Amino acid sequence: MTSAIELAGVNKSFGSTRILEDIALSVPEGSRTVVVGSSGSGKTTLLRLISGFELPDSGTITVLGRTVAGPGIAVAAHRRGIGFVAQDGALFPHLTVGQNIAFGLGPALRGGTRKQRARAVDELLEMVSLKADFAARRPDELSGGQQQRVALARALARQPRVMLLDEPFSALDAGLRAVTRDIVAETLERAGITTVLVTHDQAEAMSFAHQLAVLRDGNLCQVGPPREVYWRPVDLFTARFLGDAVVLPATISDGFAACALGRVAVAPTGLRGDACIMLRPEQIMVEHCETGGADAGTVASCTGQVEAVDFYGPEVQLAVRLFSGGAAASPSAADAGTLVHVRQHGTIGTIVGSRVSLTARGTATAFAARP
Amino acid sequence: MIPAAPSTAHPAPDPSDTGRGAIGETDGTGPAGRTDAAVRVGKRPSPFIVAAAVTVSVLGLLPLGYVIVTGILTGWPTLSALVFRPRVGELLLNTIGLVVITVPLTAVIGVAAAWLVGRTSLPGHRVFAVLLATPLAVPAFVNSYGWVSAVPSLNGLWSGVLIATLSYFPLVYLPCAAALRRLDPTVEEAAESLGSGAWGVFFRVVLPQLRLPILGGALLVGLHLLSEYGAFAMIRFDTFTTAIVEQYRSTFNGPAANALAGVLVLLCLFLLIGESGARGRSRYARLGSGVARVTPRRSLGAFTPAGYLFLGGLFALAIGVPFWSVIRWLAQGGAGVWSEPVLVQSLLQTVGYGLVGAVVTCLLAFPIAFLAVRYPSRLSRGLESVNYLTSSLPGIVTALALVTISIRFVQPLYQTAVLVIVTYLLMFLPRALVNLRAGLAQVPVGLEEAARSLGKHPFAAFLGVTTRFFAPSALAAGALVFLGIVTELTATLLLAPSGTRTLAIQFWSKVNDINYVGAAPYALLMIVLSLPVTYLLFARSRLTSVS
Repeated sequence: MTSAIELAGVNKSFGSTRILEDIALSVPEGSRTVVVGSSGSGKTTLLRLISGFELPDSGTITVLGRTVAGPGIAVAAHRRGIGFVAQDGALFPHLTVGQNIAFGLGPALRGGTRKQRARAVDELLEMVSLKADFAARRPDELSGGQQQRVALARALARQPRVMLLDEPFSALDAGLRAVTRDIVAETLERAGITTVLVTHDQAEAMSFAHQLAVLRDGNLCQVGPPREVYWRPVDLFTARFLGDAVVLPATISDGFAACALGRVAVAPTGLRGDACIMLRPEQIMVEHCETGGADAGTVASCTGQVEAVDFYGPEVQLAVRLFSGGAAASPSAADAGTLVHVRQHGTIGTIVGSRVSLTARGTATAFAARP
Repeated sequence: MIPAAPSTAHPAPDPSDTGRGAIGETDGTGPAGRTDAAVRVGKRPSPFIVAAAVTVSVLGLLPLGYVIVTGILTGWPTLSALVFRPRVGELLLNTIGLVVITVPLTAVIGVAAAWLVGRTSLPGHRVFAVLLATPLAVPAFVNSYGWVSAVPSLNGLWSGVLIATLSYFPLVYLPCAAALRRLDPTVEEAAESLGSGAWGVFFRVVLPQLRLPILGGALLVGLHLLSEYGAFAMIRFDTFTTAIVEQYRSTFNGPAANALAGVLVLLCLFLLIGESGARGRSRYARLGSGVARVTPRRSLGAFTPAGYLFLGGLFALAIGVPFWSVIRWLAQGGAGVWSEPVLVQSLLQTVGYGLVGAVVTCLLAFPIAFLAVRYPSRLSRGLESVNYLTSSLPGIVTALALVTISIRFVQPLYQTAVLVIVTYLLMFLPRALVNLRAGLAQVPVGLEEAARSLGKHPFAAFLGVTTRFFAPSALAAGALVFLGIVTELTATLLLAPSGTRTLAIQFWSKVNDINYVGAAPYALLMIVLSLPVTYLLFARSRLTSVS
């Protein structure tokens, strides 16, 4: 697959503040890449560099094989042919929905008859799952999700091969967000448009992306498929940024870690000796101990006591204090009293003080450093 | 003379819908936000406040009522004989010509200046932003005096257009500059990403969003043109207002002056209706939450000299010429012109009228503003509208009405300072109203309620909490009324008790005696008194609570 967007060695500062540092990113044609980062990480600036609203201090940006920014080259935003949907849609307040969508229609249609234009607008509205009678409405009569979809239709009108979305769903409430996201993803997929979306919402990023890029303080720390980045983060920061993480000290040998939860397979297998491992809470199974106390010989894994239960509806989060030396595999007394947060379906009825046994499933990610 | 708010504080004295914060209104909250923050639900306003508001508004209806009643009393035969004559046709042609040429001209110049100052990287744009507001400090009749001094041959329609355009373009410039600052930059970026270049963005996105401030400013310019007397009398250009003043002063011909006033009022109403029609129902609300980003300025490139030429030329013509004339006359007069004892007396009298007028106007505007913000209802909206309508009437009509009414019904008031103050009140009430209202709307009722929950009497809570918040708005309101009064000529000429020597009146009598040297100190004093208020106006137009 060829790259639709290619950034190489891109730097950007505002005054003395370094916003982006040596960014290299390749977006395969027809795919969806999500840049995820906390606020202030530089993700919006990255998008504005690609769209042409800002120019990089150094480095090159290539879109569909054409260098749009680089040494001595600066193609203006309106000549890049890149679709852009802003955070709040940025609909023209003085135009109706139909006029908004028709704003960027190509020269062929601009000269076209009123009927042709109206038909084009209808088709675009349909593409984003809005009824044709929306065309006559004013932007301020639409809900946030509808505004976003009109903004997308407006950008689609010019049939761009590249679309940039700047936190397009963050202004929407939770229910609307998922629906709008699905419609947008499906629309872009059908049109075969290469898409870059930036967001600070990890769940949204992982569900939308073919390729996930994690941005931290102006540096891309990891780029890859969402599953890979989630399960095999390159560092603890990325691990914790994408979701809850249970981090335990461990001793590693032959691809297995000895830790407070017993013997756990790890990746990468190359590491040896003292290290730490990261498990996702959903990897840890919780069971009530049949008999209380540390002498529960029937339990293979370590045992601990529940210190706190947070109720989240479908699931509960347990804070489990591990017993010191409770498990045979425990490498040292130093692990005594480690607090582990795990998730569990809310059906078991665990209460504070319950004694539980924890089992790790699947493979943990090992890091050389101690937590 | 400035009959309606020349400020960005209110776009237009539009009677139909006074509440919208289309431009420059200092409360940045949307209608919904304001309602939540400030409205008291389920309580009735104090009857004293309602009574005060109604009384002031009824007083405000007097001038319009007077025009209608005298029209009816005069009877159609007499009226038609007075209206349908060649002289009126000539005045109509002059006045309409003036409005039709000047209003678009001020709109173009105002928008161009606002764009150059607000959106280009022209070095010195900050300085120009202030400088271009300063013509508001020079009363149009002083500007006219400056121009006649420099070019004595000025007369007729085109001279009127020149002077009026230079005097009034800030009425469009200020609200447009304020609105430009508030436009959502992402909307313009959206247009760019849809393939629009710089010109495309300006004409297809920026200009349409400036429609409301342009219309509001254009309406103010139109109303000023209809009501200005001194500037046009100086260059012997006859409009309805100059004709009415002359008619009244030379022959004391009531019916004839009243008939002309009737036509003038119709022209005003025509402008008001036209503006509200063009405005339509559109409110270009900023849709999104708004990212806190400033629109980047464009470099003018090769057009930089042209930009300077335009801004510099505008400033030189609007401010340079009158200033140069005033200074030239002062130099010619030497120290002698300053030794006139009347000068100090005149200054004190003007400041006195200004202060008393400002305080009275603010006090009487307060009940209306309070009702409008805290107890919005059909009644409070109606009361507001009445006052905007009244202030849209030329000062000469208000003055004529009050003179006649006082002679016939309250003789002791005729030729007294009280009557002058009442006239100022009716003319300038909306300036105070708009600012008080915006200030009150900004005070969250929650704070006052918090004070009451902490054991304060409601009145004490209001004094202790709310007044502190809206004191700046009240000051601005008073300052704007003060500015209006200090530079008021037409109504004062008609109403003032004999022996009144305000700066404007002294200036005018000197000019009429062709004593241009003697008039210069009065011109300078009026400008100096007005400058701080003009700066205040400028500063307030830039306030945004949308952050």
